[in-house]
Amino acid sequence: MTALRVGEVIETATSRFVVHCYDLHGAPPLGSLVRTGPPERPVFGLVGMVRTASIDPGRRPVARGREEVDPEEIFNKNPHLTQLFRTEFEAITVGYAENGAVRQTLPPSPPRIHDFVYLCTPQEALNFTERLDFLALLLEQTFPAPVDELVAAAIRRAAGFRPEPEEFLVRAGRELARLLAPNPTRLQLLLRRLRHEA
Amino acid sequence: MRRDGSGPLPPAPRRIGRVVGGSVSGGLEVRLDAEVSVEEMGIGRFVTVEGNRRRFLCLVTDVRLKSVSDQVASVPPDYDDPFIARVMGGIATYGVLQVLPTLVLPPTPEEPPEPVKTVPVHFAPVYEATADDLRTVYGDERQAHNFQVGSPLEMPEVPLCIDIRRLVERSNGVFGKSGTGKSFLTRLLLLGIIRSGLASVLVFDMHNEYGWKAEDKERRVEVKGLRQLYGSSVVVFTLDEESSRRRDVRYDSVVEIGYNELEIDDLLLLAEPLHLSSRAPDLMAALERYYGQNWLREFLSLEGPAAREELAKDLGFNLGVVAALYQSLGRLKRLAFLKPEADSRAVELMLNYLKQGRSVVLEFGRTNDLLAYMLVANVLTRRIHRDYVTAKEKFLGGFGDDPKPLVVVIEEAHKFLSPAVAQHTIFGTIAREMRKYNVTLLVVDQRPSGIDEEVMSQLGTRFICSLDNERDLESVLTGVAGRSELRTLLARLDTRQQALVLGHAVPIPTPIRVRDYDESLYRGLRVDQTGPPDLEKDLFGDWSS
Repeated sequence: MTALRVGEVIETATSRFVVHCYDLHGAPPLGSLVRTGPPERPVFGLVGMVRTASIDPGRRPVARGREEVDPEEIFNKNPHLTQLFRTEFEAITVGYAENGAVRQTLPPSPPRIHDFVYLCTPQEALNFTERLDFLALLLEQTFPAPVDELVAAAIRRAAGFRPEPEEFLVRAGRELARLLAPNPTRLQLLLRRLRHEA
Repeated sequence: MRRDGSGPLPPAPRRIGRVVGGSVSGGLEVRLDAEVSVEEMGIGRFVTVEGNRRRFLCLVTDVRLKSVSDQVASVPPDYDDPFIARVMGGIATYGVLQVLPTLVLPPTPEEPPEPVKTVPVHFAPVYEATADDLRTVYGDERQAHNFQVGSPLEMPEVPLCIDIRRLVERSNGVFGKSGTGKSFLTRLLLLGIIRSGLASVLVFDMHNEYGWKAEDKERRVEVKGLRQLYGSSVVVFTLDEESSRRRDVRYDSVVEIGYNELEIDDLLLLAEPLHLSSRAPDLMAALERYYGQNWLREFLSLEGPAAREELAKDLGFNLGVVAALYQSLGRLKRLAFLKPEADSRAVELMLNYLKQGRSVVLEFGRTNDLLAYMLVANVLTRRIHRDYVTAKEKFLGGFGDDPKPLVVVIEEAHKFLSPAVAQHTIFGTIAREMRKYNVTLLVVDQRPSGIDEEVMSQLGTRFICSLDNERDLESVLTGVAGRSELRTLLARLDTRQQALVLGHAVPIPTPIRVRDYDESLYRGLRVDQTGPPDLEKDLFGDWSS
């Protein structure tokens, strides 16, 4: 399976990058693993905040569907609309690879503008999440605000790629328990998210 | 793989945790791995700690629950949810083992283990001890001086051997409340001692359970005694011929004791059961001066108050004192084995048997009250001890042989060795002088707190079955390193077939399951009897009955 190209980097920093998606509403689900940068040193990120808004910040969309049964009809009748909006998402950098070895730390330099961004294949995601050091990187993020939601989503997705998702959930849960030992309340809330939506 | 390289590879030892703290004196703290449940652990198990340079063999003495912060404990997580329980268990909440380092294991099985002088480094991994680890430490029965008394708890495949050479070097004790298998354990030890040929035993068998046979109340079967198993190497004497005959016991001789063999100290030992007054010692001393050696016979033969009145006048004692003593000592008359004029050949015979290296069991038959028991045990042991002292002194002076070590078994030992009477009895002397004259004690008792502390501290090896009483628990561990840890362990022994063995004859304190006293034991003994023939012959010569 080849990785699906989803967009390009339009804003970049050491710990995060913003991706403009080629398709309106075409961002991968929350917590998905994406890859960007040159193939010999890809940078990995997790899909965090997804935002769809008007291309021109001065033009706000107006409601158009009073007469429609299905919102999809609005786009069918006004095909130009897809050109007036765009979908972006912010990816939290969780590691990079060098000489084939995955490192779950920040890359020496961030991806560049217009680097292509790919949604990782299940196999790539599985390889990357064999180690769980990226959880520490994630937990330290202060933005986007619901970082724990992102953590939970990332772990659930990674579990979904595996033949024994429960075992992975327990392994990741234990890693979280270690990292969040001083904060048991946060840990519990996080664990419940892992559990109940798994 | 066995040590010689044959057999299948042993399973890798299971890792259970890491050392997180501790000291040589207070033991180590081991944090359990997340996958290991506290419920799988238990006090009395053995673990090994792999330090950087040394391997430590440790005994689990406590298991505790801990949590990373107080908050976890005060706002408990939702452990009804199996996922949360599985994830947080072992990480946010975890188990801790308290372990007592007992030995440093040698790098190869050929070298001896070393005592513990330091602790392993931080976070040294901890494994379940394997059977091979323990075999290295306890040795096995291939060495003739080793005798298996059981297995470490939870490790039935490992024989726990005691070193009989070291056992007979000192006085030893078997303790435990009644019904915990003291007699079975004692009989087992005696079998081991006799088999080794390193010492003979003299058993004062209050309840007739060592000589010929005994009943296993639990299994409701009869078990074999020393005589049945070792034949002529063991001689049975009885104080109560009729009882022995009724019980179909093959006894060899009947023991009688003459009044003239009783010394004042023997009677003072019985001050309580005889109700001796405070003036009695002086009066007895006066009587001995007055009548000579046979004073007791003469005194008890005084018929009528007139004769006693005259005696009181002659000795210058109050008539009341004399009458009281007469009445007190009169109680001795009901002891059938006490004779005014005794045929003391039996005692001589007993001594001869012991000199030949045979073992002697003295049955008390129905005469099993404490008065008789204490009197007989004390009188005979004093006599025998005297003989051993003479023989040993001769040997040291270059004449004759070193007498073969003798182990004297006494029950209800706290009556002989209580602080009040330990000075009067020969047993106090034997316990204190250790093996100087080749005589040692094996005390069997249910009230160790009643035993003089000094005597207690001289005991080389202790076999401790279940005990309840706080004071008994306290006194039985007098002078033992790691006492408070062992105490926890001791208080949780089963009341059946379990004991804590510690001291001179075992390398490390070990809670054990005592081996079954059954056919397989008998078989083992018989094999060994014919086993090393020179040993048998050396010991018992070509004597046959």
